[in-house]
Amino acid sequence: MNRFISKHITAPIEAAPLAVFRILFGVMMLLSIVRFWSYGWIEKLYIQPKFFFSYYGFEWVKPLGVYTYLIFIICSLSAIFVALGYKYKIAIITFFISFTYIELMDKTTYLNHYYFISLLSFLMIFLPANAYFSLDAKQDSKKAFQKIPAWTINSVKLMLGIVYFYAGLAKLNSDWLFKAMPLKIWLPSKFDTPLLGQFLHEEWVQYAFSWFGAGYDLAIPFLLLYKKTRPFAFLMVVVFHVMTRVLFPIGMFPYVMIISTLIFFDSSFHHKLLGYFSGLFRIAKNRFDNKRILAMPLNVVTNSKLVLISLFFVIQLLMPWRYLVYPGELFWTEEGYRFSWRVMLMEKSGYAQFKVVSKDSGKWFYVDNSDFLTPFQEKQMSFQPDFILEYAQYLKRHFEKDGHKNVQIFVDSRVALNGRLSTTYIDPKVDLGEERESFEHKNWIIPFTDEIKGI
Amino acid sequence: MKRFLAIFTVATMIWACSSDSSGSDTTDDIVDPKPEEVSFERGSMLTNWADNIIIPSHEAFSIEMTGLQTAFDTFKGDASEVNLVAFRASWLSAYKMWQRVSMFEIGPAETVGLRLNMNIYPTDGPKIDGFVSSGTYDLALASNRDAKGFPALDYLINGLGDTDEDIVAKYNGAEKESLISYTGDVIADMAGLTTGVLAEWNSGYRDTFVENDGASSTASVDRFINDYVFYYEKFLRAGKMGIPVGAFSENVLPQNVEAYYKADVSNELFLEGFEAVQDFFNGVHYGKSTSGESLASYLDALNTIKDGDDLTKLINDQFDLAKTKVEALAPFREEIENNVPPTNMLLAYDEVQRIVPMLKVDMVSAMSVSIDFVDADGD
Repeated sequence: MNRFISKHITAPIEAAPLAVFRILFGVMMLLSIVRFWSYGWIEKLYIQPKFFFSYYGFEWVKPLGVYTYLIFIICSLSAIFVALGYKYKIAIITFFISFTYIELMDKTTYLNHYYFISLLSFLMIFLPANAYFSLDAKQDSKKAFQKIPAWTINSVKLMLGIVYFYAGLAKLNSDWLFKAMPLKIWLPSKFDTPLLGQFLHEEWVQYAFSWFGAGYDLAIPFLLLYKKTRPFAFLMVVVFHVMTRVLFPIGMFPYVMIISTLIFFDSSFHHKLLGYFSGLFRIAKNRFDNKRILAMPLNVVTNSKLVLISLFFVIQLLMPWRYLVYPGELFWTEEGYRFSWRVMLMEKSGYAQFKVVSKDSGKWFYVDNSDFLTPFQEKQMSFQPDFILEYAQYLKRHFEKDGHKNVQIFVDSRVALNGRLSTTYIDPKVDLGEERESFEHKNWIIPFTDEIKGI
Repeated sequence: MKRFLAIFTVATMIWACSSDSSGSDTTDDIVDPKPEEVSFERGSMLTNWADNIIIPSHEAFSIEMTGLQTAFDTFKGDASEVNLVAFRASWLSAYKMWQRVSMFEIGPAETVGLRLNMNIYPTDGPKIDGFVSSGTYDLALASNRDAKGFPALDYLINGLGDTDEDIVAKYNGAEKESLISYTGDVIADMAGLTTGVLAEWNSGYRDTFVENDGASSTASVDRFINDYVFYYEKFLRAGKMGIPVGAFSENVLPQNVEAYYKADVSNELFLEGFEAVQDFFNGVHYGKSTSGESLASYLDALNTIKDGDDLTKLINDQFDLAKTKVEALAPFREEIENNVPPTNMLLAYDEVQRIVPMLKVDMVSAMSVSIDFVDADGD
């Protein structure tokens, strides 16, 4: 045990891998934001909509109108500072807060990899990523260290390992493995992909992709950990992520994962990479190779930091299992679906038509969702119960403010999951205006009519 | 594990590289496809849509517009009751044909906003009166869309008086010249747009449409499915039935029925559009009983047989059921004005409504088309 602790937690190791990780992370984040902005998505997703879907408990986080751009500017500036390692602590805290704020503004845009970025940047607040090859280290030699405690780099590896492994576990279900769903729906529609396209409608190809994908996710953290398998594992990482990039619209995520996995390589690789950077930007790399070791003093600060990080990982390990405390099929109710590395598991779509009934007069009418929601919001809302509830509450408030009294909100909804025929999703007799959001099971979701076995 | 993955990678590479050479011969001899695993050619569906449905429908509509012009010219020469009745018949016939092209709001029709220019209702009677008496108006302005197209003609042919005698009297009265010239301008505007759209289809857009046979949000199939579902939901279901019957408001809105002044044809117009949508779904060639590759055959090819029943059949059954319900109704204006609440029409509307999730959820999800109405104009 002591040997384990010393080897993986306290032992001094080269800081170069973490420095490379910091630089590439900062650059990727900057590119992501520039890309997001250049597509006009800030305007389209955060300024144009009239209504925003909030995370439970974060209803106070809203876009700030045209000042929303300011948050993006702050976020990209802090990403630059992180890459440079300049005022690192403030930069990474600012990045974490601004990025997380952006993600909390509207639940519609939830993506696992945005959550991943938030977690990673939170973790990085506690890591001495500016100890080596940074402006901070250059300016203040007291802050410069060539070696840092092992836990710092290992915690990033652990985070990545959790993401992959849980993504793999989530694929161990009967739809994915024995029905090749949802790839059976998605792949044939990619028939115009160069080279691969003509094979994607073949059933065996769909099964091969499904099984290979599950195997890849489960195995890759371990293949990356062992030196012998590492080069091959990295090749797999590249092939896998490039493939997903070609086949699916998933933006920057593949590239972020590819550069993140570089942290598994030996420090000699990172030194070479930094040597290359140094040549390119005329930086004297040897000034950072000062042989200084960042020690772990046995004090309250170190201990509380370690406790916090441990707690963070305990939560990470438990979060994906929280669905077990809810009844019903997870894919159907989505209670405990988010924040669990369930990536690209479902072809799910729905249709929700809301009926506004005035309790006193008995008069009723249907809502035209496009009066309140963007097409993207409407699409996301139509198959997720918490969205449906929040929107129903909003409709109730809206129409009561409009002068209607005692408004009841009913929904006529249908959802199709992984190629099954659509069925009624929400109990049409329940007045959603009377229901409240909570962590409890939503008993107004009509139970799933089929069964999906597995994790 | 390593060896397995190595073999897998090598196999993947070989397979990926070899696919080039197998380009000409079909994939049939590489693996053993089960019979239902037919690879569906989106290209041939697009060809069928363009050559056998869209262009012939536009051609037929263009002929109808010429007929309308001729009937108007006769009426212009002699504004008699007989000629008014003939003019009205041509208008109705063209209006019905319009229901078969309205859904094709893609390419040239989308560019000019054909639907918004031809059929915005309710039309603005007082505005038309104002234009007629002042003689100054610009029909090309977006703000004047509610004073032109079929609904404006409805007002000009059916709404100027209670009887044909009254209407003909107007056309022979003090405002004779200005009424005739306004009506003529409305028809000329419609005819111009119609000829323009058809000409574009015949001079290049057909090929653009058919050749864009990929699978992205900008490919013809994806875009048109979006337009098609949008048309069904917004214009057919809501516009022609839902809004007038009061499904989206606390009270009924009879003045919002299509062809309000004619009063007794709104259900006929609806059914024509409804049949056109079903025919399109099944790939039925315009004016013929033959059919080709379609959404229906695409769904069949995608092997989406579920619940022991296939989606194509479920959708067609629902189309048939809804049609029967609507056929049993009186003209919509009558249903709405004479029944409080208009229960029968609401029940028929429910059946029409049930098709929306079938198209928008089941069909679209089976085809993996992303629904994104961002670029579509609202009404």
